[in-house]
Amino acid sequence: MFEIRIHSRGGQGGVTAARLLAMAALHDGKYATACPFYGAERRGAPIVSFVRIDDKPIKVYSQIRQPDMVVVLDTSVMDTVDVLHGLKKGGRIFINSAGKREFSDFECRNVDLTGIALRENLVVSGSPILNTPVLGALARMGIITAESGKLAIREMFSDERNVKAADAAYKEMSA
Amino acid sequence: MKKIATGNKAVAEAVRQAAPGVVAAYPITPQTEIVEQIAEFVTGGLMPTRYIAVESEHSAMAACIGASITGMRTFTATSSHGLLYMHEMTNWAAGARLPIVMANVNRSLGPGWNIWAEHTDALQERDTGWLQVYVSTVQEAYDTILMAFRIAEHNDVLLPVMVNLDGFLLSHIMQPVDTVELGDFIPAIYLPYAIDPKHPAGYGTLTGPDQQFKFRWDIERSMRDSVKVIEETGKDFSKRFGRNYGFTEDYLCDDADVIVVAMGTLGKEAEVAIDLLRKEGIKAGSMRLRWLRPFPKLNLKGKQVVVIDRDYSFGRGGILATEIMAQTKEDLYSVIAGIGGQEVTYDDIAGFVRTRHMGKEFWFGVNAHV
Amino acid sequence: MLKCTSACAGCSDSLALRYVLKAAGPDTVMVVPACCTSVIQGIYPNTAFNVPVYNIAFGAAAACASGMSNAFRAAGKKTNVIVYAGDGGTLDIGIQAMSGAFERGTDFLYICYDNEAYGNTGMQRSGGTPMGAKTTTTPTGKTDAKKDIDAIIAAHDPPYMATACAAYPQDIFKKVQKALTFRGPTFIHILAPCPPGWRYPTEKSVEMGKLAVKSGMWVLYEREYGKVTIGPQSKAAMKKPLPLEEYLSPQGRFKGIDTKVVEILKQRIAKNYQRLAADEEASA
Repeated sequence: MFEIRIHSRGGQGGVTAARLLAMAALHDGKYATACPFYGAERRGAPIVSFVRIDDKPIKVYSQIRQPDMVVVLDTSVMDTVDVLHGLKKGGRIFINSAGKREFSDFECRNVDLTGIALRENLVVSGSPILNTPVLGALARMGIITAESGKLAIREMFSDERNVKAADAAYKEMSA
Repeated sequence: MKKIATGNKAVAEAVRQAAPGVVAAYPITPQTEIVEQIAEFVTGGLMPTRYIAVESEHSAMAACIGASITGMRTFTATSSHGLLYMHEMTNWAAGARLPIVMANVNRSLGPGWNIWAEHTDALQERDTGWLQVYVSTVQEAYDTILMAFRIAEHNDVLLPVMVNLDGFLLSHIMQPVDTVELGDFIPAIYLPYAIDPKHPAGYGTLTGPDQQFKFRWDIERSMRDSVKVIEETGKDFSKRFGRNYGFTEDYLCDDADVIVVAMGTLGKEAEVAIDLLRKEGIKAGSMRLRWLRPFPKLNLKGKQVVVIDRDYSFGRGGILATEIMAQTKEDLYSVIAGIGGQEVTYDDIAGFVRTRHMGKEFWFGVNAHV
Repeated sequence: MLKCTSACAGCSDSLALRYVLKAAGPDTVMVVPACCTSVIQGIYPNTAFNVPVYNIAFGAAAACASGMSNAFRAAGKKTNVIVYAGDGGTLDIGIQAMSGAFERGTDFLYICYDNEAYGNTGMQRSGGTPMGAKTTTTPTGKTDAKKDIDAIIAAHDPPYMATACAAYPQDIFKKVQKALTFRGPTFIHILAPCPPGWRYPTEKSVEMGKLAVKSGMWVLYEREYGKVTIGPQSKAAMKKPLPLEEYLSPQGRFKGIDTKVVEILKQRIAKNYQRLAADEEASA
């Protein structure tokens, strides 16, 4: 089982990102569950959501304590939240950031999702959309296939710019 | 068709397909998404339903009662305090023999304000005459709502059915769900005593001590008859749609020395604990109770039983443990865990089994055996 | 209504029921919460009603009727849904459900028959009990005023509402018939004098109702799409009201009432008249 924890702020689409990721995994022929951290969510507050992907049905409901991967959609949460908490040794990190980041013991990749969203004019209520481009980045990291990522996005959103943004993230990810 | 949906959305989708004539409901966390989705279906013309946005849960059930007695299919959904506020009317619905289907998203009771999973809300409705079923996956929530309409409306039953799903753990998790082409799985509703001005009758008039017990016995008789209807409905569901549901879901029980009994998501996560224990050489199994009313005959003879209760009856014990003890007359290990959404992992469950003390009660997180 | 109800001797509610059902006709369902009318129907397996009666818990009548009305309309049926509830079930325990049903525009007629106390349980004070009246829970007379449920209903702005009194059969008949022509929630508030509760001889129910109107303690009026019309009986009473004492003194419940309380009641009558007259003029 592959367990992912997504860090974002309320309203940034972290929960939708988890959902899209689970949908994409389903298209890959796998089992997946996604859930927000259960509680009263407030706009702007740091939140986490979870995704589990496995080859067999998933029976676990308790929270993810030792994720295989951490996704950070907003680096500002790192000021107050230890996003690496519990991350398995050798675990993977994706950060929405223009600048490369290094963490010892972990493999960290980055793409400027915010920049891509702004370029594609993917902005809702003044906030750049991060939950669709992030699928491109995660596809590049091999978590899902790029095709399934696009299928999932198209199931949820009719605006093709979302797919373009995911494509851009896929291409822009540094090797 | 396979989709990803939350437990709440799956419930709403099943209700859309069952197409009740009237839905009367009041929002409450974590049930809200169900009623929002149904309201959206109704507004969008995807359901031939009148959605009554009542001013309270008491009125939600009263409105369902009023609609149901005209012979119409009805649905409502609630949770926690909403269910308690409805309590007078849940009794009425069962006493009036109305096949109302309700989704209850299990949630703790205040104070303090705690919106997380617990079964005490539904278990306080245990003696009302409602059939009660507890589900553990989004798929099962969807499937069980469909079956609930058929069971409730079956003329050998004609009692309301409450489908319980764990707050947040199941109501808000997104899992794959395979929706079905319903066909004629749920026959058209026929209520033999539907209200009809052409045939005036008094409903629920003054009933003397020489009569009331007959009506009460009639509820119990139908409750007993419902066992067969539940079995038949499960079989037909399996035949049509390929998924099997019984009174319990048994996992590696046959050769087990020790069996974990739980309801809802804990009962599903217990299976992961069983895998762990089996690897250690402990012959453990899991029995997830689906139907609490009617309470099934459990095959626990010769087994050590560990019951996990996400509920409590103060001054007595875990409610599920008490129910099981009344049937088996054997000592068991009663674990109280998951209260108010308390985190319980499969590791924890495996731990309960490893350190079991038959005849004792253990409150998880409270470091003492009672 | 069939013969042989199990009402008390001299019960004006059973008179009112007769007029209401006559006006409503056979395509009618009554929804009755716990109240005297639960008893009047008789004991299972008998019923004194010739229309279906759905009995429901005390606080739930309007909500139950709301579901029933929606179900009938969804099925394309025009069946009249009439809530028939007492003052306790309306002014007190049923007010939330009633307010909700009116706010939602439920297509039903809500009738409150008001005997100004919990009659079925032996006369305890309700929100409908007038100031000064003795009940078993206000043994020295109620110190609070009667709740103005009509003003509360009017605030929901239903298409039609009216007051009536069991002593005026034709007036009730006409108002019920009229109410049932409207779509949406309508309300009729019927004063129903109660011999054992108000403590007067059983043959005097009609007289007591007339005294209530003549003294101004009860005002007959209609409110149709906001337009207020005071009934001729009350118009006449407004010109020359009967001294209030003539209404109070035959009733045991007002025996020994403080003159100060009588003054307050008189002031309220005057104020009520003024307000209704102003409403009538303003909406003319």
